[in-house]
Amino acid sequence: MRLTASVAAALRQSADRWLFRVGAPETAPIRLIQRRIYVLPTAAGVGFGVALAVMLVTSINYNLSLGYGLVFLLGGAATASIVHAFRNLLGLAVRPGRCDPVFAGDAAGLRLLIDNPRLARRPALRLRARGQMSAFELGPAAESVVLLACPTERRGRLHIGRTLIETTWPLGLIRAWTVFVPELDCIVHPTPETDAPPLPDDGAAAPGAGERVREGDDDFAGLRAHQAADSPRHVAWKALARGGPMLTKQYGATQGGDVLLDWSALPPGMDDEHRLSRLTAWVLRAEHDGRRYALQLPGKHIAPGLGAEHRDRCLHALALFDSATQAPRWPR
Amino acid sequence: MNGRWLRRAASLKPPRKGAAALAPPLERAQGTWLLAAAVLSVVPHGLWLPAWLYAVCLLLLTWRGLLLWRGIRPPPALLLLALSVALTVLVRVEFGHFFGKDPGVALLALLLGLKLLEARSSRDVRAGVLLCLFLQLALFLEDQSMAVAALALLGTLATLGTLVALADPAGRAGEHLRSAGLLLVHGLPFMVAFFVLFPRIQGPLWGLPADAFSARTGLSDTMSPGSISELGNSTAIAFRAVFDGPPPAPSERYWRGPVLSAFDGRTWTAAPSVEADAPFYTPEGRRFDYTITLEAHNQRWLLALDYPGEGGPLVRFTSDHRALSARPLQARARFALSAYPDARIGKAESAAVLTAATRLPEGSNPRTRELAARLAAGAASHAELVERAVAHMRASRLVYTLRPPLLGAHTADGFLFDTRRGFCEHFASAFVVLMRAAGVPARVVTGYQGGEINPVDGYLVVRQSDAHAWAEVWLEGRGWQRVDPTALAAPERIEDGLAAALAANGHLPFILQAELAWLRDLRHRWEAVSNSWNQHILGYNPERQRKLLADLGFSQSSALKLAGLLSGVSVVMFLILYGWATWQRRAMDPVQRAWMRFCARMSRVGLARQPWEGPLAYGERLAAALPDQAQDLREICRNYARLRYGMPGPGDSLHTLKRQMKEVRVP
Repeated sequence: MRLTASVAAALRQSADRWLFRVGAPETAPIRLIQRRIYVLPTAAGVGFGVALAVMLVTSINYNLSLGYGLVFLLGGAATASIVHAFRNLLGLAVRPGRCDPVFAGDAAGLRLLIDNPRLARRPALRLRARGQMSAFELGPAAESVVLLACPTERRGRLHIGRTLIETTWPLGLIRAWTVFVPELDCIVHPTPETDAPPLPDDGAAAPGAGERVREGDDDFAGLRAHQAADSPRHVAWKALARGGPMLTKQYGATQGGDVLLDWSALPPGMDDEHRLSRLTAWVLRAEHDGRRYALQLPGKHIAPGLGAEHRDRCLHALALFDSATQAPRWPR
Repeated sequence: MNGRWLRRAASLKPPRKGAAALAPPLERAQGTWLLAAAVLSVVPHGLWLPAWLYAVCLLLLTWRGLLLWRGIRPPPALLLLALSVALTVLVRVEFGHFFGKDPGVALLALLLGLKLLEARSSRDVRAGVLLCLFLQLALFLEDQSMAVAALALLGTLATLGTLVALADPAGRAGEHLRSAGLLLVHGLPFMVAFFVLFPRIQGPLWGLPADAFSARTGLSDTMSPGSISELGNSTAIAFRAVFDGPPPAPSERYWRGPVLSAFDGRTWTAAPSVEADAPFYTPEGRRFDYTITLEAHNQRWLLALDYPGEGGPLVRFTSDHRALSARPLQARARFALSAYPDARIGKAESAAVLTAATRLPEGSNPRTRELAARLAAGAASHAELVERAVAHMRASRLVYTLRPPLLGAHTADGFLFDTRRGFCEHFASAFVVLMRAAGVPARVVTGYQGGEINPVDGYLVVRQSDAHAWAEVWLEGRGWQRVDPTALAAPERIEDGLAAALAANGHLPFILQAELAWLRDLRHRWEAVSNSWNQHILGYNPERQRKLLADLGFSQSSALKLAGLLSGVSVVMFLILYGWATWQRRAMDPVQRAWMRFCARMSRVGLARQPWEGPLAYGERLAAALPDQAQDLREICRNYARLRYGMPGPGDSLHTLKRQMKEVRVP
């Protein structure tokens, strides 16, 4: 069982390399030209062929001239559908699109921009990658964003890898497809630890030791004028609903001091992924509480800061932290 | 349109593994397409299916329609199972067996109806499509006329439309129809090439079920009063003939069918005869060569022109001078034959045949026997006796009619002395009884007489209404001689056909009535078209294929050569289609095309548009790079943006855009 599976995998790899010329990610745009598109009959197509053969034998047996005609007409239409399926993919151009980082365990939304230069609709297309499928169609001379939802398991860089665009249009008897590797990946942050301990009060206090409930942490402190960057969670919706101006609620905890989120300050027995998970949870907590925080990883220090950009830098560092070299690997 | 995929892709929840393989539920358009295909394939079978079965099929289709449009609840699986078992049992009861064409078609039609009711996935729809195709093929077993072909073409379009709708659930019905039509058009050249070049094999490949060809209208091998006048009302075509030279005169057109010499007082039946590969007489006199195309009648006789001479290797001859085919004619068939109308037949007839030809049932037709005795008294020879009998019949003012009164036990007596009204079988039968009573060997010959030349294609068309019966008497030294007693009462019947003979009575089938000249003309044209359909499309067989290919310069074509030729032609046609698929540059929007040309021109001077650059930004960059034409370049890009993205001003047009582009000078 395992042997056949590995043989199949090896066959697929060599087919990818030699037949479909799949290798390193290609630079955009990937244009689907003639020699990139492959066609083969589907299972339904094979069944249709068998049915036609039965009908042909019947026609011969009963000398049905019109039977010959019917079989040949259907056969001709099925043959023409090879070209139609092929034409449905021909000329499409694929570019990688935006991909928002996600936390491991959530679904990553991989986006490809697919352009249809022809002034005709391209119906019934499917995008396949990483075992997922997304059905779409393209309007005449239109570019569309196609979203592929991929489940994630581990933090790091999720590469889309071997990607297929296929269609069985128009008759479902022939499948035309193309294989390519777009330059598209998604940053997957570590899963935030659930029920993480509270933030380390300051650099000196070891987390978990003598936790002191800091009063005023979540206390409402007052209102100020709304700014575009404020979280919608902090908007005073009730005040707005009463017809007042858009205001932002301020909390007492924002008055707390800087926090240092330090890898080495975590308990020594903790494994690396657990550490990353807890640090992620803390980054989110600090951000939510509006406390400035700094991140200290082996070989990497991020100075104290606050805000979405700072948070993303920290999460990025945590996502790509390479425990083998004990140093974060940075994207090209 | 973009909303559709968005809705589908919007949920970021990762689908379960294998969820893609699960079929999505059917859209209403898909169900409607399948229903249309099913209706087109089931409804024409109404002419052949048993009435109750047809009603059940229509009921199932209507039920499906209500499911689709009224949104009633689909029947539970258990009910469907019970229904299918019950219907299968009923089919078994109706036909007595399952193996054969008729129960097969019945089961297919019921299966399709039931499949429609439980159609939930695309797999069900595919199965339904295959059933539709099989039913369309089954239609050809019954009828291969042009109307049925047109119906099958529509049905094929609907099945292809169903498959397209299945592949493209988001599309509109019009788009499905367009795609299916385009596929059909692209498939047509393949059909023509394969139809002509696919190596034809003469079927059957194996034994056919017994009911493959059910009884057809036409002559039978017995004759009783009324059996031929029944055919007189049918305008169906029995056969067509085309002569190599001028055709024989109407009075010579006797097409010989069963020869009947055994008589039980009411019904005439054929006596056994001997078969051989050559005619039983010495051909002499004029010779007519012709090709006859017979409609299927499920009998062996060829209805050859009197008297049949040599034909192809498949033609056999009998001692009563009929031509036979080696097998019953279960499909329309063509034979090349010859005829010698002046030949003398049966000069040396065997004593057994002559004895049988004078036998009459004891005690039948006493008045006819009495008449025979009177006529025979004083007659010097049989020939004179025949003349006297003919003269007597002419003098008795017998009336020729399609609706003769019923006759009693003594059929000849009743006709000659009481009713005096009859159709050709009455004339022939009474005359033969009279001859036999007088001791002259005589027999009845049935067949067809006359026929009408279609002026459009020159084919002689013989209909069931031309069915006829005449007599043959045997005279010493002259053999069997034809005597047509009908000609005595109604000579027009022989010269001008049934229509002329019966015009006065007004009991004619509608289309035979002569005054509707324009209708007649229309009928001639239509029949010429359907004849050429029969000859060239339905009659295309291995022999015709060889001949056609020889005409095209491929002599001695083997199946292998044909296959080679066919693959060559197919590859060429496929390449043409491929060329169509890849030829698309011209199909672009003209504004876009002009813009692309402009961008290409700019890129040659190192100012290529970047993929992320919109037209306005590009215009700014060009203006900065070529300051002396900044205004023009900006204008071009803005003009393009307005034309392309929706809000063209009053002065904007493709024409001005092109002019502006032309006026730009690049270094």
